[in-house]
Amino acid sequence: MTQKLAIIGNGMAPGRMLEELFEKAPGLYDVTIFNAEPRVNYDRIMLSPVLSGEKAYEDIVIHNDGWYATHGVTLHKGAKVTEIDRHARTVTSANGITASYDKLVIATGSLPFIIPLPGHQLPGVLPYRDLDDVEKMLEISKGKGRAIVIGAGLLGLEAAYGLKRQGMDVTVIHLMPTIMERQLDPAAAYLLEKALTERGIDIITKANTKQILGTDKVEGIELEDGRVIAGDMVIMAVGIRPASSLAKDAGIAVNRGIVVDDGMMTSDPNVFALGECAEHRGTCYGLVAPLYEAARVLADRLTGGSAEYHGSVVNTKLKVTGINLFSAGDFAEAPDREEIVLRDASAGIYKRLVLKDNKILGAVLYGETGDGSWFFDLMKRGTDISQMRETLIFGQSYQGGTPLDPMAAVAALPDDAEICGCNGVCKGKITSTISSKGLTSLDDVRAHTKASASCGSCTGLVEQLMTLTLGDSYNPAAVTPMCTCTELGHDDVRRLIKAKGLKTIPAVMQELEWKTSCGCAKCRPALNYYLVCDWPDEYADDYQSRYINERVHANIQKDGTYSVVPRMWGGVTNAAELRAIADVVDKFEIPLVKVTGGQRIDLLGIEKEDLPAVWSDLGKAGFVSGQAYAKGLRTVKTCVGSDWCRFGTQDSTGLGIRIEKFMWGSWTPAKLKLAVSGCPRNCAEATCKDIGVICVDSGFEIHFAGAAGLDIKGTEVLGLVKTENEALEYIVALTQMYREQARYLERIYKWAKRIGLDEIRRQIMTDEEKRKGYYERFVFSQSFAQVDPWSERVSGKDKHEFKPMATIGYSQAAE
Amino acid sequence: MDQNWIDIGHIDDIPLRGARCVKTPQGKIAVFRTADNEVFAIEDHCPHKGGPLSQGIVHGKAVTCPLHNWVISLESGRAMGADEGAVRTIPLRNIDGQLSMSLERALIAAE
Repeated sequence: MTQKLAIIGNGMAPGRMLEELFEKAPGLYDVTIFNAEPRVNYDRIMLSPVLSGEKAYEDIVIHNDGWYATHGVTLHKGAKVTEIDRHARTVTSANGITASYDKLVIATGSLPFIIPLPGHQLPGVLPYRDLDDVEKMLEISKGKGRAIVIGAGLLGLEAAYGLKRQGMDVTVIHLMPTIMERQLDPAAAYLLEKALTERGIDIITKANTKQILGTDKVEGIELEDGRVIAGDMVIMAVGIRPASSLAKDAGIAVNRGIVVDDGMMTSDPNVFALGECAEHRGTCYGLVAPLYEAARVLADRLTGGSAEYHGSVVNTKLKVTGINLFSAGDFAEAPDREEIVLRDASAGIYKRLVLKDNKILGAVLYGETGDGSWFFDLMKRGTDISQMRETLIFGQSYQGGTPLDPMAAVAALPDDAEICGCNGVCKGKITSTISSKGLTSLDDVRAHTKASASCGSCTGLVEQLMTLTLGDSYNPAAVTPMCTCTELGHDDVRRLIKAKGLKTIPAVMQELEWKTSCGCAKCRPALNYYLVCDWPDEYADDYQSRYINERVHANIQKDGTYSVVPRMWGGVTNAAELRAIADVVDKFEIPLVKVTGGQRIDLLGIEKEDLPAVWSDLGKAGFVSGQAYAKGLRTVKTCVGSDWCRFGTQDSTGLGIRIEKFMWGSWTPAKLKLAVSGCPRNCAEATCKDIGVICVDSGFEIHFAGAAGLDIKGTEVLGLVKTENEALEYIVALTQMYREQARYLERIYKWAKRIGLDEIRRQIMTDEEKRKGYYERFVFSQSFAQVDPWSERVSGKDKHEFKPMATIGYSQAAE
Repeated sequence: MDQNWIDIGHIDDIPLRGARCVKTPQGKIAVFRTADNEVFAIEDHCPHKGGPLSQGIVHGKAVTCPLHNWVISLESGRAMGADEGAVRTIPLRNIDGQLSMSLERALIAAE
């Protein structure tokens, strides 16, 4: 019988545990999750890049709503559990939801430690723990001003860097003489402090905060020595403590954290604890790698296994762009310890290894961290390094006299060497998965192995492994570049176009350091679209960067002739239109007339030179371009709806025509096909379209992210709206969100999969401000887009496109 | 050997990073103008499946065929990258923007 598994908390540790559980024993448990935060599981390690603007929330979602649905997990969002009743085996949340359990996992994580200084409750005093904190910081940072960060540990420094990137002045206050003293020795701390100061961050060490100043919001702080620093926000990043009070109240044994054994079991055999709230052999871990190791053990235990967790050795990397820092193990000095140090002042490099009995005890690397994983590996294994002691500090590529081939280091790693610290993925697992599954992209490798899927700092290593396994067919880079003209991926380019206000293709290529003088056939159409989308009023469309179909507004065929599809609004036509089409077919001897899947008529086999004349005749009958060639709005397919059909609930034909008239002419990342069905019998096949509407008695059910091409996929429901006006607004807003975020040529279902259905629903269905913003930007953009390209060309635009430059006759040629 | 230069028009008749066609008894010839104002003429017939190269996107000194994305060098007429094949290049003369091409070689080849 299916057992009930309840989980309190929806962070990265229980998320990973569930992945393991569903892989080992799908269907064994009926899972219910209570999440105090109102969202899905996201990558908390990546909050710093979100704060600095280098990533967006959508980029760091680990499990979207679809994942929970697929695995039949009930996720209560915004539900903070306030009570565990171990006798009745139930948990109850503050908003009154009760769930019973056979097994319970407590994964409440940790709470940021707030020093109870005078003024600590003022608005503007923030911890740095979750996305809400980041959003509040970003809000305050809009007003620029100064941020004060108390605590120069890993989190504090990442917050300082992020806020600096957002344009604030930043002061970091640290109690100890050197920063990050738990991870760094004084020499590395000095180099780091210098690098951060060069980035404009003020650091005050040996400073104790006396009080936070302000009357109704933060105005600054006063230090013990009397110094006053004015500021608009105070970030407390002085540490965390396990969130164990819930367990304690339920009578479960709690020390600093919730005490667990090697099987992650608490003092109650039906209750387990996982993540930052747990205390294992006296240690509470705050980094993701050990939590993931423990998650694996717990998943095994929950499926009847007997795996044991024995604690972890951890390493640290700082996620500040341009600063390379690695530290692992114990590096304090002691009489029985030796050390090896390498310094290169001009290059800003510092490396220190601490040895005992010919084994590595600790490592600190600054400036050049490529050998970090190798040292870490030697350390975890307890490898005797006496044979290579002389050259050890120079790194792996120096060992055994091997040449300085950057690939050699990775090639030489043993199969069980850990590549991805966050997810505990070793080299052998990555290379064998690449081969057995035929993986070719970094995203595939992330999906199948989890390597590089959390903090991303091992991406370089994973890519080297891909190159080793796949040979030259794989071109490594931190992200999959748009094309060979750049190292940047589509998302980076889109973000930078906005951030730097780039408004022409040459400006993009110059500022983003394109490697070719004028791009290629892959990047130029993409850039042209991004610029059209982002600057509809200012950007001058670059026709020479458009694919031929969009340049001549017809579809090229294999023999070099073109096909022409006039728009038939909502698939409705009449005798006059059909007569005009028939006349055009006769006059231009068009070889094939075919009805399309989008409810209109395709005229095939037209010579390019005849196109303007064909359009002229069609235009006289009222036809405009059907844009059947465009990465843009194609068709809105409809059924006959309530006007005719005995089952129809709404005027689906009318709504379809209205949507098409509103949205025609818009450019989108890839083609966009819509449909409106008048009842759930769905004769317009709306549930496999990019966006579809199913009319019901109570209103309009909006669907999206369907596919019926290379992939076949039913749509997802966006939501139900009551009126036609709302239906139009929501569909338009969704389209604009897709226009602004998707990568060129990425259909809406692929974009939705990447962003997360939940996030899209949230922005379109519940966030009115966002929705209105999208809607208004679409409307603005349409004022420049809705010009019929056919009539423009009938009037003489781009004449050169349709005529040969010259015609050379036999006599001329033979002269 | 005297070359027979036939006037085909002015460089400004071709868009920058674009192409135009010239119809000849031997078939269409595509005349390209690069971003750097260099001009090239090649057969308008991709070596892969005969796609009209004049309709492709011009980048650097190459064009990408609109049918299946083969990239053809405008200088040599040869397919670039992994693909193999070539089209004929046609001699083209640019005197102060006035373009003319020589079909002599083509005619000899055709005879």
